[in-house]
Amino acid sequence: MTTLLFIEQVLNGLQFGVMLFLMAAGLTLVFGVMGLINLAHGSLYMIGAFAAAAVAGATGSFVLALVAALTAAAAAGALVELLVMRRLYDRDHLDQVLATFALILIFSETTRWVFGSFPLFLDIPDWLSGPVTLPGGIEYSLYRLAIIGMGLAVAAALFWLISRTRLGIRIRAGESDREMIAALGIDISRLYTIVFALGAALAGLAGAMVGAIQSVQVGMGEPVLILAFVVIVIGGIGSIRGALVGALLVGLTDTLGGLLLPELFKLFMDTSSASSTGSALASMLIYILMAGVLIWRPRGLFGGTA
Amino acid sequence: MTLKSLVAAACMGLMATGAMAQDDKIKVGMITTLSGGGAGLGIDTRDGFMLAMKMAGDAAPEVVIEDDQRKPDIAVQLADKMIQSDKVDVLTGIVWSNLAMAVVPAATAQGKFYLSTNAAPSALAGKGCHPNYFSVSYQNDNLHEAAGAYVKTAGYTNPFILAPNYPAGQDSLTGFKRLYDGELAGEVYTQLGQTDYAAEIAQIRASGADSVFFFLPGGMGISFLKQYAESGLDIPVVGPAFSFDQGILQAVGDAALGVINTSQWNKDIDNAANAAFVAGFQAEYGRLPSLYAAQGYDTANLLLSALARADISDAEAFRAALKAADFDSVRGDFSFSANNHPVQDIYVREVIKEGDVYTNKIVGVALEDHSNVYVDACKM
Repeated sequence: MTTLLFIEQVLNGLQFGVMLFLMAAGLTLVFGVMGLINLAHGSLYMIGAFAAAAVAGATGSFVLALVAALTAAAAAGALVELLVMRRLYDRDHLDQVLATFALILIFSETTRWVFGSFPLFLDIPDWLSGPVTLPGGIEYSLYRLAIIGMGLAVAAALFWLISRTRLGIRIRAGESDREMIAALGIDISRLYTIVFALGAALAGLAGAMVGAIQSVQVGMGEPVLILAFVVIVIGGIGSIRGALVGALLVGLTDTLGGLLLPELFKLFMDTSSASSTGSALASMLIYILMAGVLIWRPRGLFGGTA
Repeated sequence: MTLKSLVAAACMGLMATGAMAQDDKIKVGMITTLSGGGAGLGIDTRDGFMLAMKMAGDAAPEVVIEDDQRKPDIAVQLADKMIQSDKVDVLTGIVWSNLAMAVVPAATAQGKFYLSTNAAPSALAGKGCHPNYFSVSYQNDNLHEAAGAYVKTAGYTNPFILAPNYPAGQDSLTGFKRLYDGELAGEVYTQLGQTDYAAEIAQIRASGADSVFFFLPGGMGISFLKQYAESGLDIPVVGPAFSFDQGILQAVGDAALGVINTSQWNKDIDNAANAAFVAGFQAEYGRLPSLYAAQGYDTANLLLSALARADISDAEAFRAALKAADFDSVRGDFSFSANNHPVQDIYVREVIKEGDVYTNKIVGVALEDHSNVYVDACKM
């Protein structure tokens, strides 16, 4: 195994982590601020991807497609908050899980109704396609570099929003004591709608960006949702910084584990069984990581301060 | 979805009223995936099957269609319901091998016939074979064996092979290696349902392979091909037909152009049955048929041919009538091996663009009159 391969895999891990961050950020905000478990977050990711594919198909513009993904997911998020979530804040987590699971089914079947059962086509725009040569002779996909760049930019913008703006102060206040901030005259239900729509928009953006290199199909959000939950548990529920660190950790562990474990097993096994046991173990690795983190810090890496 | 099944059921109901006089009408139960991630495959299977039934007119049996949602437990419940309350004589339609494993042994043990439109796991071809179980599609290993044979005859000496880490994925790589016995640049198992292949593509780049064989059905294949095209690698890619089927090619787009894949059917196979099928399917549903539709259509025609030759209440005679395979297959020559799996040619196809539509054309034959390796393990 060469250094070049290793560096390329680190970049892949970063790109995967950044995508997970976009998903996990919304999830952790909603959970932290509203105390709500939203299983339908994966559906918002799917809505973003489908909106992007539809608009890109109609107009041919990738930028418009991204705008459409953001708008559609934010709108769907706001609608869900107004119609469904609002009734669930005082309920048990189990009720929330049931209701948001129902939303997954409703969104999936509605999407199939509108777009059909076959996967849609969404491609990378010409100006982002193809490989670029990085210093050191590494050939790497320009689009994946763009994903990393955009993800880090979104992370920076979120930090700024949470720590420097009035909205951010309200969000943090809502997180620590929602009754008090309501008593201080802040319209808490409007704040909740905004937070929910913001989280949904991030998920939609992730869906659209990833949709261009994967398949846009019904049910695409659920596998990512599970990983996003792992990320927020590792990072500490409610913490944006935790979500970023957790996402990068999960991304790197998953990618490098898949590369290194089979190599390790090859030292004392034949190639075929080394690759099957190695990859089986690699797919468990992030859950082992999660268990380890929880033993060491039961509230997650950045969860203790909340 | 339920709406569509209802409409289909209603249509069948109308057709059935014509023959109400005999109330011992044959009943066929179709369990297939009509909702959720893999629904495209089940819908094509159903549409191909029902097209043949429609063409048969009054000779068609009654068909009960249910959606298994790609879940083994639901498939089992549906099979029980169809056998016990609908009193079906024949079951068919399952797309996925794990669902077939849950349903087929129980159904055949109760004396029902099962005709497979797609799934044909090795367990049902070898030790678990049954006289009432017929696979009309292939044996699961076949297309992978053909890919191995193609890679070998095309002169590649260092392929990199990858498949998801689940039984069909392991069978796939085993099947490939059965007929390709040379060196491998690498062998990788991915996670089932994996959507990002950057890590595997980096390994392929580093391995110095001269070709790539992959088996990644459904959305996995779309993701892999798009990312592969994007990575700048230009090593030739070979795979079984599943990732290049009519239903998903449009979602892969240019990334699939020129890819070699193996299949027992294509829309340009030159025979009258195939021409009638392709034209009929397009006229009925307004899209090109897929491999799954062709398999559904052949299964229906096999069933119709057997119903015409024998009475289903005489199981022995009906079994012989099925085994004779006296129908015009869209694949041309078609017969059954000793373990009730097809003996057929497997073709090499290339992905091309016809106008705006991505599709396949046949460029050669990978294996002629190919059977399967489990015949000897089957004692029946």
